[in-house]
Amino acid sequence: MTDIIATDVVIVGAGPAGLFAVFELGLLDIKAHLIDILPRAGGQCSELYPEKPIYDIPGFPIVTGQGLVDNLMKQIEPFHPTFHFGEMVEAVETLGTPERPAFRVKTDAGKVFECKAVLVAAGGGSFQPKKPPIAGIDKFEGTSVHYAVRRMEDFRDRNVMIVGGGDSALDWTLNLHPFAKRITLVHRRDDFRGAPHSVNAMRELVASGKMDLMIGQVAALAGEGADLTAATVKLNDGATRDVAIERLMPFFGLTMKLGPIADWGLNLHENLVPVDTEKFETSTPGVFAVGDINTYPGKLKLILSGFHEVALAAQRVHRYVYPDKKLTFQYTTSSTNLQKKLGVN
Amino acid sequence: MPKITFVDSEGRARTVEAEIGSTVMEAAIRDSIPEILAECGGACACATCHVYVDDAWIGKTGKATPMEEDMLDFAFDVRPTSRLCCQIKVSADLDGLVVRTPGKQG
Ligand SMILES: Cc1cc2nc3c(=O)[nH]c(=O)nc-3n(C[C@H](O)[C@H](O)[C@H](O)COP(=O)(O)OP(=O)(O)OC[C@H]3O[C@@H](n4cnc5c(N)ncnc54)[C@H](O)[C@@H]3O)c2cc1C
Ligand code: FES
Repeated sequence: MTDIIATDVVIVGAGPAGLFAVFELGLLDIKAHLIDILPRAGGQCSELYPEKPIYDIPGFPIVTGQGLVDNLMKQIEPFHPTFHFGEMVEAVETLGTPERPAFRVKTDAGKVFECKAVLVAAGGGSFQPKKPPIAGIDKFEGTSVHYAVRRMEDFRDRNVMIVGGGDSALDWTLNLHPFAKRITLVHRRDDFRGAPHSVNAMRELVASGKMDLMIGQVAALAGEGADLTAATVKLNDGATRDVAIERLMPFFGLTMKLGPIADWGLNLHENLVPVDTEKFETSTPGVFAVGDINTYPGKLKLILSGFHEVALAAQRVHRYVYPDKKLTFQYTTSSTNLQKKLGVN
Repeated sequence: MPKITFVDSEGRARTVEAEIGSTVMEAAIRDSIPEILAECGGACACATCHVYVDDAWIGKTGKATPMEEDMLDFAFDVRPTSRLCCQIKVSADLDGLVVRTPGKQG
């Protein structure tokens, strides 16, 4: 049996709202684990616009998406949150009673958590790979078409086609090259966004005849059952080529999909979770929704709204975690108690 | 105000008015043009505002910048006339512009 991880709160999503929740909960002595499908913290800020400037974070006239995330990570360090990256929260089961809620949270990697409250900070949903609109691609997914490498062995002695021009496509081209029978890289133009040293390494392999590079786009797939046998590539010069392959890896970036949240028994309104504006609690007592994923009259999808929401939600979470303790309002500037928790006193 | 026509993947045309100085994407979203998602709100960070500029207009809209070309790598069925329409600024010159939208954005 898997060991159950016991904690006060599970936070679904490590975007700015989930990260700052660690701070607000931490000040109230509440411990949290964060789970995100991405390999790193920051949600939209680090995934979609790490280098772009944000101008409306109070107190920061200008900060980049990644800069903000780096600062949040530093700010929450004193509370030692535990991160579980690369895992999707699949199920949230209600144990306990509405007065004394308790939850069991399960991830797709098989981890099981038990906690007293759940903070859904899932933004626009979990980041998932974009699927190219090639007719019939669905039936090969999971067997012959992969959006990530789970086991290198699946590619040993196979003819592999990789599609894309960024670091993921180039890195897997180089990493799988020693394993695969033959690698064909397909990209829509002869310009690559990936790191220059990877581009050079790829070009050297092409020049020495050790792999193939095609400038064009995949137009069709053929196979038997769930097993892929060939791809038709439309080259930019107008010609088409059939290439015998057993594996295809498309890399077209990520898109946000609501995902399993729809199955957690929460009320939903147009893929958003309705909450009250006092505690940001959902229709299930003990489950809160903060940041871009929630909706209420006047909601603005701004980072600063998420910060406000987690501060208020934390107050109610405290009641579930410490039902017998009274909460007194304190400032970080003047409370020696809070400063001790922050490690500054 | 300049008029812009969006032709969807099934051939249906819709014409909207666009404010000078705004972007073609903003005009599309304001009038709920289908097949334009614009998930990132015009930051050139999502590639879900992909359009094909009509051949007759490609000289006037200009070509994609290198940053936009990088983002177009995340779009599907990219052609030489492909643009991300959040990166096309509306000017008086673009009155009558025709763009086509792809069947799938992302
Ligand atoms: C290009 C761009 C520019 C922007 N500029 C600004 C700006 O200037 N100012 C501003 O205030 N806001 C801006 N925003 C909006 C801002 O980024 C969002 O409001 C903010 O990121 C929302 O934070 P969040 O923590 O609620 O969610 P997100 O940042 O979306 O993070 C949610 C996380 O939850 C994860 N997740 C979801 N479901 C699951 C699951 N089931 N299991 C595991 N993980 C899951 C996702 O993978 C994701 O990492 C901008 C957004 C974009 C795209
Ligand atoms: S709206 Fe996102 S790239 Fe244009």
